[in-house]
Amino acid sequence: MYDAPKTAESTVSQNEIKFDCRDCQVWYGDTHAIKDVNIQIEDNTVTSFIGPSGCGKSTFLRCLNRMNDTIDVARVEGQFLLDGEDIYDRKVDPVQLRAKVGMVFQKPNPFPKSIYDNVAYGPKIHGMAKNKAELDEIVERALRRGAIWDEVKDRLDQPGTGLSGGQQQRLCIARAVATEPEVLLMDEPCSALDPIATALVEELIDELRTRYSVVIVTHSMQQAARVSQKTAFFHLGNLVEFGDTGEIFTNPNDPRTESYITGRIG
Amino acid sequence: MTDASIDTAPAAGGKGSLLGSDARTKKRNAAEKRFRLYGMAAIAIGLFFLLVLFVSIIRSGAPAFTRTVVDVEFTLTQAEFEAAESELFKTKAYSNLFIQKLKSQLDAAGVEAEFDESAIERLLGKVGSTLREFYRANPEQLGQPVDFELAASSRVDGYFKGRVSRDTLQDSRFLQVSDLDLVDRLEEAGVIRQAFNWPFITGADSGVDNPGGAGIGASVVGSFFMMLVVLALSLPIGVAASIYLEEFAPKNRWTDLIEVNISNLAAVPSIVFGILGLAVFIQFMHLPQSAPLVGGLVLTLMTLPTIIISTRASLRAVPPSIRDAALGVGASKMQAVFHHVLPLAMPGILTGTIIGLAQALGETAPLLLIGMVGFVARGYPDGFIAGFTEPNSAMPAQIYTWATRADAGFYEKAWGGIIILLAFLLTMNIIAIILRRRFERRW
Amino acid sequence: MPLFWLILAVLGVALAGFILGRSRALGHAGGDSRGLHSLPNYYGWNVALKIMVPAFGLLVVWLLLQPLYITSQISEMIPEASVADGGSLGLVLAEVRRAAEGLDAAVASGAMTEEFARDVRADFADVTQRLKDAGQIVTGTITQPILNAAQSYRIMTATGNMAMSVAVLVLALAGLAWGLRQTGVSFRARNVVETSVRALLIAAASVAILTTVGIVLSLVFNTVEFFRLYPASEFFFGTNWAPSFSGRGGASDLGVIPLLWGTFYISIVALLVAVPIGLFAAIYLSEYASSRVRSIAKPAIEVLAGIPTIVYGLFALLTVGPLLMEVFGKEGLGWMQSGTSVMTAGLVMGIMLIPFVSSLSDDIINAVPQAMRDGSYGLGATQSETIRQVVLPAALPGIVGAILLAASRAIGETMIVVLGAGAAARLELNPFEAMTTVTAKIVSQLTGDADFASPEALVAFALGMTLFVLTLGLNVFALFIVRKYREQYE
Repeated sequence: MYDAPKTAESTVSQNEIKFDCRDCQVWYGDTHAIKDVNIQIEDNTVTSFIGPSGCGKSTFLRCLNRMNDTIDVARVEGQFLLDGEDIYDRKVDPVQLRAKVGMVFQKPNPFPKSIYDNVAYGPKIHGMAKNKAELDEIVERALRRGAIWDEVKDRLDQPGTGLSGGQQQRLCIARAVATEPEVLLMDEPCSALDPIATALVEELIDELRTRYSVVIVTHSMQQAARVSQKTAFFHLGNLVEFGDTGEIFTNPNDPRTESYITGRIG
Repeated sequence: MTDASIDTAPAAGGKGSLLGSDARTKKRNAAEKRFRLYGMAAIAIGLFFLLVLFVSIIRSGAPAFTRTVVDVEFTLTQAEFEAAESELFKTKAYSNLFIQKLKSQLDAAGVEAEFDESAIERLLGKVGSTLREFYRANPEQLGQPVDFELAASSRVDGYFKGRVSRDTLQDSRFLQVSDLDLVDRLEEAGVIRQAFNWPFITGADSGVDNPGGAGIGASVVGSFFMMLVVLALSLPIGVAASIYLEEFAPKNRWTDLIEVNISNLAAVPSIVFGILGLAVFIQFMHLPQSAPLVGGLVLTLMTLPTIIISTRASLRAVPPSIRDAALGVGASKMQAVFHHVLPLAMPGILTGTIIGLAQALGETAPLLLIGMVGFVARGYPDGFIAGFTEPNSAMPAQIYTWATRADAGFYEKAWGGIIILLAFLLTMNIIAIILRRRFERRW
Repeated sequence: MPLFWLILAVLGVALAGFILGRSRALGHAGGDSRGLHSLPNYYGWNVALKIMVPAFGLLVVWLLLQPLYITSQISEMIPEASVADGGSLGLVLAEVRRAAEGLDAAVASGAMTEEFARDVRADFADVTQRLKDAGQIVTGTITQPILNAAQSYRIMTATGNMAMSVAVLVLALAGLAWGLRQTGVSFRARNVVETSVRALLIAAASVAILTTVGIVLSLVFNTVEFFRLYPASEFFFGTNWAPSFSGRGGASDLGVIPLLWGTFYISIVALLVAVPIGLFAAIYLSEYASSRVRSIAKPAIEVLAGIPTIVYGLFALLTVGPLLMEVFGKEGLGWMQSGTSVMTAGLVMGIMLIPFVSSLSDDIINAVPQAMRDGSYGLGATQSETIRQVVLPAALPGIVGAILLAASRAIGETMIVVLGAGAAARLELNPFEAMTTVTAKIVSQLTGDADFASPEALVAFALGMTLFVLTLGLNVFALFIVRKYREQYE
C-alpha cells in the first residue's frame, strides 16, 4: 500500500497545522469508505481534495465537522485533532465543533427565510449578539465577507430562495462565516453554478484564505489548481498523494495521480 | 472587504478548548434533551391510549362470551305430559313439574334450598313454556331423560360477572336479594355454571328487556351481504375509473373536475353519504328501508374514492417500460393495459380494496340514517336474495343499538360485538398485509 | 323476483350472443382465425356488448322513471279532501303504497283472487275485511279513494313491469341481431369493442361526479323545502334548538347556532389533544427515532386510525365518561353533571385524530429536503434548533393543511359525538357540560319518528348542507395548501 503521509510530511510549511488527522477510517455499514488516511491541514491555506467520484473525498470532508454523525450507519475511527484536540472525543459537543468548523454545501441551500434571517440564524443560535444592533453588524460583516453585500443590502427582508444560484451560494458562504469559524469546509461549492458565478466564488475563496483555513472538495482540476495551495488526491478511499498544488499537478509522485490528472481515470 | 471591526468580531465557538462546553452550550443541550423528551412523551401517550383502548375493550367485552346456564336433567312421562296438557294453566303445570325435578336434583346433591315458582321465573324466565314447547315439538322424547341447558336471566348472569352484587341489588320483580342465596345454593350443587356463549355469536338481536338473549349473528350476516354489494360494485367501478383516469384520460377540464371530485369525496363526512342514501335510494327510488342492499350502495359510494386512490397508485407503480414493450409488439393501448399493466397492478389493487372494505365494514353513521337502527336484526334472512332486501342490521349499527339501550346488560354485548368486529377487521388487514408482502414488486 | 330473472335472461342472451358471434366470425373465415381482422373473441364481445349495454341501460332508466310516472298519475286520482289537515300528499301516497302491498300480500296468501284485488267496484268493507284476514295491517286512514288509488297503483305497476320486461328483452334480441349482422371477416371488431370499453371506463369515472351531484341535489332540494316551511334567517341566526316532538311541525325552535357552537367546541378540544401529540410524535418519528423504533411505533399509532368510530364512541360513553365523572363529577370537583360532555367527546376524538395528524405531518416533514437540515447542522445548530427554526417553518404550510384536514374530520365525525357528547343543545363555556353537534342532530332528527315532510326532519338536510359546505370549504382550502407546499419541493 502506498504510504501517503510521507508526502505530506515532506512538505515544508510556514503556516501552523490546523487539522491533524491520523489513521482515519470510515465505514458506511459494511463499506469501508475511508482507509488509513493521514493528513495535516494548515491554517490560512486553501486545501483542495480531488479524485474521481466515490473516492471518499466528500466523506472525509464531512468527518472534519462530524456531519457524518447525522447518518445512522456511518462509523468513524482514528484521530482528528483540531488544534491538538480530538474532535471525536466524548467530551466534544458536535454543535460547538461545527461553529468552529463551518460548512458550505454542493447545492446552495438557503433556508426558506429572509436573507437577513439566513445569515443571522447562526449567530442567533450561538448567542453571539447582545442586541439587534450587534446582530445587524454581524450580518453586514458576514455579507461583506461573502462578497454579496452590495447586491442584497437593499432587500435584506426578501426570501433567500429568490436569489440566483451564484448569489445563493455566496449567501450560504456568508451564512457560514457569520459564526466566525476557524475552518471552512466547502463541498463542491461551484458544481451547481455557471462559469461567471463560479469565478466570483473562486475569487471569494481566495480572499477567505487570509482569515480561515479553507478545505474545498472539487471535481474540477482546473479549479483546484486555481484556488488551492495544497492538494490531496483521493482514490478508492485512500489518500494517494498530498502536497503543494503546483507539485501535484506538474510532477506527481504516484502513477495513479498522473493517470487522473491526465484524464485516464476518473 | 476592509471592515474595521473584522478583527474584533466575537467568535461563536470561542477560541477556547472544544473539550469543555460553556454555559450556553449546556443550556442548548438541555433544551435539546427536553425537546426530544416531548417527542418521546407524545409517542408514549399515543401508545398508552392504544393500550387503554384495547384493555378496556377486552376487559369489558370478554364477559359477553360467557353466559350462565342451569343444567337440569328432566324426564317427562307420557302420563305427566297428558296430565299437564289437560290442565287449564298448562305452562304453570310444566313449571311445577320442573320445580319438583329441580328440588329432587338438589336433594340428591345434598343441598338444601327453598324456592317457589316466582323465584324460578326471576332466575330462569318462563321455564314452563320452554318445556312445553320442547315436548310438543318432540313428543318422541317423552319418557326419556333429557338434559336441559337453560339460560339464566341477565341479572343472575350479572351476579356471576360481578355486575350485580348484594349491596347494590334492590328487590324488584326482576331479582331479589333472597334469590342470590338460591343461586349460591345452586352453584354449590353444581347446577348453575358459566358456559361459552354460543347464542351470542350465532343469535339474533333480542327485545329491549332481554339483554341475555341478544346475539350478533344476524347482523354479521347483514354486514356480509353489504360487503358483497360493496365488493361487487366498488371493485369493478373503482378499477375502471382508475384505469380511465390513469391510462386514457386526456388532460382536460372534465378530467380535472373528476380528479378534484374524487379527492374531495374522500374527505366528505360519512354522515353526508347517509343523507344521500336516504334521499336518493329510499325517498326517491323507494328501495326497502334497512336493507343491506341500500347499506351496500351507500358504502360503495363512500369507499369508491379510497379504492380509486389506491388503485391509481398501484397502476402508477407499474413502470412505463412495460406499456412501451406491449405497444412495441403491436398491442393496442387497451390490450397493453388489460394484458400487462392491470395484472401487474392487481396485488396492489386487491390490497387497497380489502382496506377499503375494512373501512366500510366499520362505518356506522350512514347506516343509521337508512334505518339500520333499533330492533331490526330479528332473525336470519330466508334465502340469498332476501339477504339483500330484508331489513337487517350490520355489526357496527347493532353495536350502536345496544349501546343506546337503557339496560346496562347490553353494554357488555356492545363491547363483545366490538371484539368480533375488530376480529374481522384484523383478519382483513392481515390478509392485505400478506398480499402486499407476498406480491409486492419493487421496480 | 322477476327483476332478478330479467337480468339473468339478458345475461343469458348475451352469453348466447358471445358464442354465436364468435362462431359466426370463425365460420366466415372458414375456421381460420388468421383470416379475421380481429381475434375471434372480439366478435363475441362485440355482440355481447350490443346486447347488454342498451338492455341494461333501458332497464335502469325505466326503473327510475316508472315510479315517478305512476306517482304523478296516482296523485291526480287522490281528491284534495283526502289530504288531511297537517298531513301531506307524500303521506297519502305512502298510505297508497302500503295498501297496495297489503293487497299483494293478500293475493299471495290466497285471501283474495287477483281479479278481486283489481276490481274497482269491490265493496270497501269486504276488501278491508279480507285484508285483515290475510294478516295485513289496516289503518284507519284507508278510505275508498285511497283503496281505489292503491288498486290502480297495483295495476299500473304490474303493467309497467310487464312492458319493461318485454321492452328490455326485445332490445336485447335486437342487439343480438344487429351484432350478428355486423359480424364478418373485415369487420373491425376490436376497434368497436375497445371504443365501447373506453366509454364504459368513462362512465365508471363519472360515478364520482354523479355522487357529488347526488349529494348536492339531495341536500339542496330538501333544504329548499325546509326553508319553505321554516324561515332561513331563524335557522341561521336562531340561538335556540328545541324541536317539538310531535313531528308535525308546530312550535319548534330550530336555530343552528348552538349546534355549531357544540361542533366547534368539541373540535377545538379534539385538536388541542391531537395536534401537539400528533405533531411531536411525527417529529420524533421522522427526526429522532431509530429505524427499529420507527418500524414499531409508527404502525402501532396508525392502528388508532384503523379502529372504527363506533368503538371510540363506546369508549367515550362507557370508559372515558365515567372516568371523567370520578374526577370532575359530584364526587370530585363537581364540575360535571353527567358522563357525556364536550370534554368526553373531544378527548376521545382527539385520540382518534392523533394518527391522522401524525402521519400527514410525518409525510410533510420528510418532504423537507435534507439539504436544509445539513445547512443548519453545518452552522452548529442542535437537532432541536434545526427542527424548530428550519424544518418546521419550512413545513408550516403543509402542517397547517394537515391540521385543517384534521379539523374537517373532527367537524364531520358522528359516532363519537352521538354517544359521547350528549343530546342537549347549549350555548355554554363549561367544557364539562353536555352539548351537541350538527352531526349528532342529523342522526337524531332522521332516526326519530318524525314525518319526512315535517320541518323537524327536513332540518336535518339543512344541517347536512351546512356541514357539507363547511367541510368542503376546509378540504378544498387544505388540499390547495398541501399541494402548493408539495410543488415547492418538487
